[in-house]
Formats: sequence, structure tokens, C-alpha cells
Amino acid sequence: MLLEQDFQGFSFDLFLRNQQLLRRWSNESKERIENVLAKPPRKTGTTIAGVLFAGGVVLGADTRATEGNVVADKNCSKIHYIASNIYCCGAGTAADTEATTQLIASQMELHRQAVDRDLVPVAAAMTRLKHYLFRYQGYISAALVLGGVDELNGPSLYTVYPHGSVDQLPYVSMGSGSLAAMAVFEARWHEALTEEEAKCLVYEAISAGIENDLGSGSNVDLCVVKNGGRAVDYLRGYAKENVRVYRKPTGHVFARGTTAVLAQELRKYVQVTRVVSDL
Amino acid sequence: MSQVNPLHYNGGAVFAATGNQCVAIAADRRFGQAQLTLACDANRLFRVHDRLVLGLTGLATDCLTLAERVRMRTNLYRLGEKREPKPATISALVSALLYERRFAPYFVEPVIVGLSGDNKPYCCSMDLLGTPMETDEFVAAGTCAESLYGTGETFWRPGLDPEDLFEVTAQCMLAALDRDCLSGWGAVVYVLHSEGVTVRELKARMD
Amino acid sequence: MSHPDPGFVSMSFDSDTQRKIVSHQRTWSPYVDNGGTVLALAGRDYAIVAADTRLSVGFSIPSRNFTKIVQLTDQAVLASAGMGADRQYLHKILRSRLEIYRYQHQKEMSLGAIAQLLSNTLYSRRFFPIYAFNVLGGIDANTGEGFVFGYDAIGSFEKVKVVCSGSGQTLVQPVLDQQLAGRQKYDVPDDQRMASLSLAEAIELTRDVFNSAAERDILTGDALELYAVTASGVRCERFELRRD
Repeated sequence: MLLEQDFQGFSFDLFLRNQQLLRRWSNESKERIENVLAKPPRKTGTTIAGVLFAGGVVLGADTRATEGNVVADKNCSKIHYIASNIYCCGAGTAADTEATTQLIASQMELHRQAVDRDLVPVAAAMTRLKHYLFRYQGYISAALVLGGVDELNGPSLYTVYPHGSVDQLPYVSMGSGSLAAMAVFEARWHEALTEEEAKCLVYEAISAGIENDLGSGSNVDLCVVKNGGRAVDYLRGYAKENVRVYRKPTGHVFARGTTAVLAQELRKYVQVTRVVSDL
Repeated sequence: MSQVNPLHYNGGAVFAATGNQCVAIAADRRFGQAQLTLACDANRLFRVHDRLVLGLTGLATDCLTLAERVRMRTNLYRLGEKREPKPATISALVSALLYERRFAPYFVEPVIVGLSGDNKPYCCSMDLLGTPMETDEFVAAGTCAESLYGTGETFWRPGLDPEDLFEVTAQCMLAALDRDCLSGWGAVVYVLHSEGVTVRELKARMD
Repeated sequence: MSHPDPGFVSMSFDSDTQRKIVSHQRTWSPYVDNGGTVLALAGRDYAIVAADTRLSVGFSIPSRNFTKIVQLTDQAVLASAGMGADRQYLHKILRSRLEIYRYQHQKEMSLGAIAQLLSNTLYSRRFFPIYAFNVLGGIDANTGEGFVFGYDAIGSFEKVKVVCSGSGQTLVQPVLDQQLAGRQKYDVPDDQRMASLSLAEAIELTRDVFNSAAERDILTGDALELYAVTASGVRCERFELRRD
């Protein structure tokens, strides 16, 4: 095994083993096995969206993470921090969106310190994201909506696709609920949106995804970047309209001793009161 | 659903739930090879330190490898920092170890539970690529994760004390195990609370 | 014809290429899973048959109000998960068979006979099955005792106390086991483990487990239809569920 400290980048040292395992256990052809190998279970079947307004940008996301047909997380956060003036919504494989945005966030902070500025340009984050995703030919399945405000271009809004292509538009949506969200945008969007109107529009777009797309659900998160990138409203749980309708009034109370126990042991914590020697 | 899934080859399930100033984690004890049961003394719960337990389900070889790597990295952390790592630190470590192998993964689903300094419960599950999912409710992993989500969603409620949390966790686990062929054969429940860790071996169906 | 048509260009591939082409072909499938959960539960003097009303295809919801339940007689109610079209077809032929029975025998078919009729209907399609997973619930016309039958797609059936089918089955069934059969209370004698719920308690439990399923199963939701069968007739109730 490689030295733990010196190692960077992805490790493929289990690749042949995994391929052997799957080949031995399946009658499927080679191509299919590779699909299985790359197949990740936890997805953010998602609705994410963003809209530009005169003084800034509004980003929105639902909060459901699914594993197949089961909801793994009912309140996950899909609007990721990139820089103090830049945020990024992620759809696709949860691990990829999380890791990719974290990586770019740290790169942007280093970049900010290197150029000695308060704010980094949104375009710089977009360029890094698209180069990174392009390099991995779409295998890193992160579909992103990137938004922020900087001194160079003012409010900017991009979508970055898993293969590394980029769109720059005044209103965008991504994820499995993107059609429902875009339907709302196409019906209601106009050029002179105020901040409040923009928030309302994004909320309605995400709600449309939550209602009509099974991969999206639970709450609406919003994030507003404004005031030249110097003010951010991160509105986690902006709307919480989907809650459990009914619970058995008495609850399910199990009397103590319901479960049959074969052996029981209490392991008390060790209290360190005085350290005699560091060695 | 005959697709080959290394995550289900050896069987096993882990369930964890939070309570008031306490947290519980349960695991079954089956070790199998597809439908064949080989042993009923499997251990899926690994002690990281007094107030932190790592539960691992999935391919047994990878569970052991990962547990050993976490042990080594935790020891290095102790040597360097002269203190025990916080639950969130171990989460970040496991997540990094898994995502490093994004394209050739360890076939494991980790569950991390712990108590932080002021006995605040910590409960986190991950998929095999290391997406951390922290929750203040409950998490499930393994061959009967779906059933565990069903039982947890019905039986769990917030603010349980250690004794009630044990009953809820145990009943959630046993109910789900009895409908799963790939897990079961006994179960064990750890409850981490302010006094210490209460370990209970459950009476369960052995089939 | 003894020789190939000269106009026809015959193409031959080695077996590897052939397999590749075949593996890239999209095969047509007659079945669609429209999701949803159905449940039936029997008590001493009642039976409950319940189902959600969501109809889904992939990640979209074509209908939020699509019933999965049919009342067959005053003593029998059937709910089916699986494919919407097959369900409607099955319900239709069962209703017509029961209508014919009424004309021929001047009486309602008994619950046990309906259970067998459903099994026969499903098995008659052994090699092109009806894609529906049925639960049948009702009461015995003479004794008034509740009974429930669970089926697979081709007619194998079992008389049970409680059964669940469909997309939320794996989530709901362990909860029902725990609550009704008390299977996890291993130290308690058998006769004390079996819980006997009143109708009101059973309705509470049914609503509770459907809400749990709607929380975690993305294919279950919108509304719950609940049929309570008692000696005084069939009562239908409707409750809202999560819509996301």
C-alpha cells in the first residue's frame, strides 16, 4: 500500500479486485460490470434552480436524498459553500457533488489569498469546476448550479454539467425535477425581477419539483447572494410544507423489559484525572 | 433483483438512533456467504474510543480493512493531538478514506455514533462512496436497511432516555431482521450514555 | 425457397460482436410498475383493506387519486398493487364473475370462494401473469370473523392475520409483525403475544404505518383509502398523506 501521507488523487488499487469479484459473481457481460462498479447508490434525485435579479442571485434546492426508491435523508443540504460570495447547488451522486464543491471551495480560498482580494470572481470557480469535471469525462456525476456576485461581472449564474459543459443564463434548473422547475420559470419569469419576486419564483420552481418529481421532496432551501457579494441570506428550511400528516396519538411505547436480553454489561468511561508522563 | 451486489454478499445490518443525552447502535451477528450462513458471532461494531463506535456493514473483508485503517489513523491522531477525536472528525476521516476510492470502492456502509463532550448525541451514516449524512433521528444500513427505515419511522420518537432508547432500537432491529434472510442470527445493542456504554446481547431468532 | 434472395445482403458477425449488438438492444417489456402499497388486516369481528392512491411511472405522478381497491361483495374487499392497467383488468373480470355467480346462485359468493376464484384467475395466466400483487380481506358471512388472504402474482395464496404488498412492503411488514404477531417478544408465551386490536386501534395503526411508508418510500403517498368490513357492512374512509 502507498504511504498514507504522500498519497493524493483517486486510488484505483481495488479496481482489479472489484472487477474480479463482480465477474465471478455475475453472468453479465464486461460492459455491464463496469457500470455496476461505477454505480453509486446514494443519489440526490433533485430539483435545484437559480435566478438572477438586478442586485444579485437566488439559488434554491429541495432537501431529499434517495437510495433507490427509499428516502435516505429527508433534510439534506444541497446548496454548498464555494466562497463568501459564491454558492453552488448540486444534483447527481451525493458523494460527487459534496466532494467536488469542497475541493473547489478550498481552491477558491487559496486563490483568494494568492490574489489578495476580498472576493473571487464567480467565473474562476466555474472554470475550475468545468475543467475538473471535463477531466473525468462525466464519470464524476455532479450537475451543478453555480451562482454568486463579484466585482468583475456583478451577479452571475451558471450551470455546469457532469461532462464539463457550461451554460450562462438568467434562470436555470437542474436535476430530475428540472423540467417541473423550468416550467414555472418559463411561465412566470420576466426581466425586471426584484429580490422578493426572485425568491418567490425560485421557491415556486422548487416546490413544483418537490410536488411533481418523486426524486425531490421535503423542504425548500434558498440562498440569496447580493450587495456586490458582501451579503448572503442562507435560508435553510425556507419552506417546510411537507411534513408527516398523522402519527398514532398514543405513540408506540414499549414497556421496559419487552426485549429479551441474553447478556448485559455496563462499560464505564475511564476518567483521566492526571497525566503523569506524556510517554 | 438478481444483480450482483458485494454489499449484500456477507449479509449484515446496522441501525443507530439518537435519544436524550444518549445514542444507541445495533448490529446483527450473522456472517454468511450469499445464502449460506457460516457464523453467528460476527462483530460489526468497532470501538474507536470510549464515546465513539463505528458500525460497518457490507463486504466483510473491506469492513475489517477499513476498521483497521481507521484504528491506525485514530492512533496517529492521538499521538499528534494528545486528545481523542471528535465524532465529526472520525466522520470526515472515514468519508475521505472512502471517497479516495471513488472509482474502485470499498464495499462498506459505515454508521458512526458517538457522544461529544457535553453528551450531545452524534449519529451519521454513509454510503459506500463516503457521503456523510448526519441526522438527529436514526440511520440504517445493510441488507434490511429498507425495513429498518420502516420500523424506525414508526417506532422511534425524539427525546428517549437510555432505557427506552434501548427498547426502541432493539425492537426496530429485531422486527426488521425477522423479515430478512441475509441478516439476523442474534443481535447486539450498544447504548452510549453519560455513565458509560451499556452492551446488551439480544435473544433473537436463529434462522 | 432453396436459395437466398439475391437482393438481401446477408450480414454475419462473430459471436462477440453479435452479443454486443444484442446487449445494446432495448427489449420491449409488457410490464410497468406503477408503485403503491396495499395492506389487509383481520380482527376478531372486522377486516381492514387499505391502499394509497398514488399512481407513478418512473419519477413522475400521472395520478394522485387512482384507487387500488375494489369492493367485491358486502363481505369482501380486494386491493392490488403492481401495474395499473392489469389491476383494472383483474378487478373488472372478478366483478363480472361475481355478477354471473349472483344470477346463477341467487346469493353472494363467500369469502373463501372468492379467495379461490382469485387464485384460479391468476393461475390461468401462469405463463403471461397479471402484474398485480393482491391482498383480499373480508369477514365470514356466518361467524362474522375477519380473514385476510395474501397472494403472489400467479395465484399462490395464504390465509393470514395481516399482510402487505407493493412498493412499501419491506417497510411496513416488519412493523405489522411487531405490532400484531409480537414476534419480537420471544420470552412471552404464544397466546399472550398475539395482540387483538379493536377496529379503532387497527385503523390508527393502519394510518400510522401508511404515514411511515409515505415518509420513506417515494412511490407511496397522496392519500390513503381505507375500507373497514364489519357485519354491519363496508365503510370507506379517506385520509391525506404526504404529496411530495
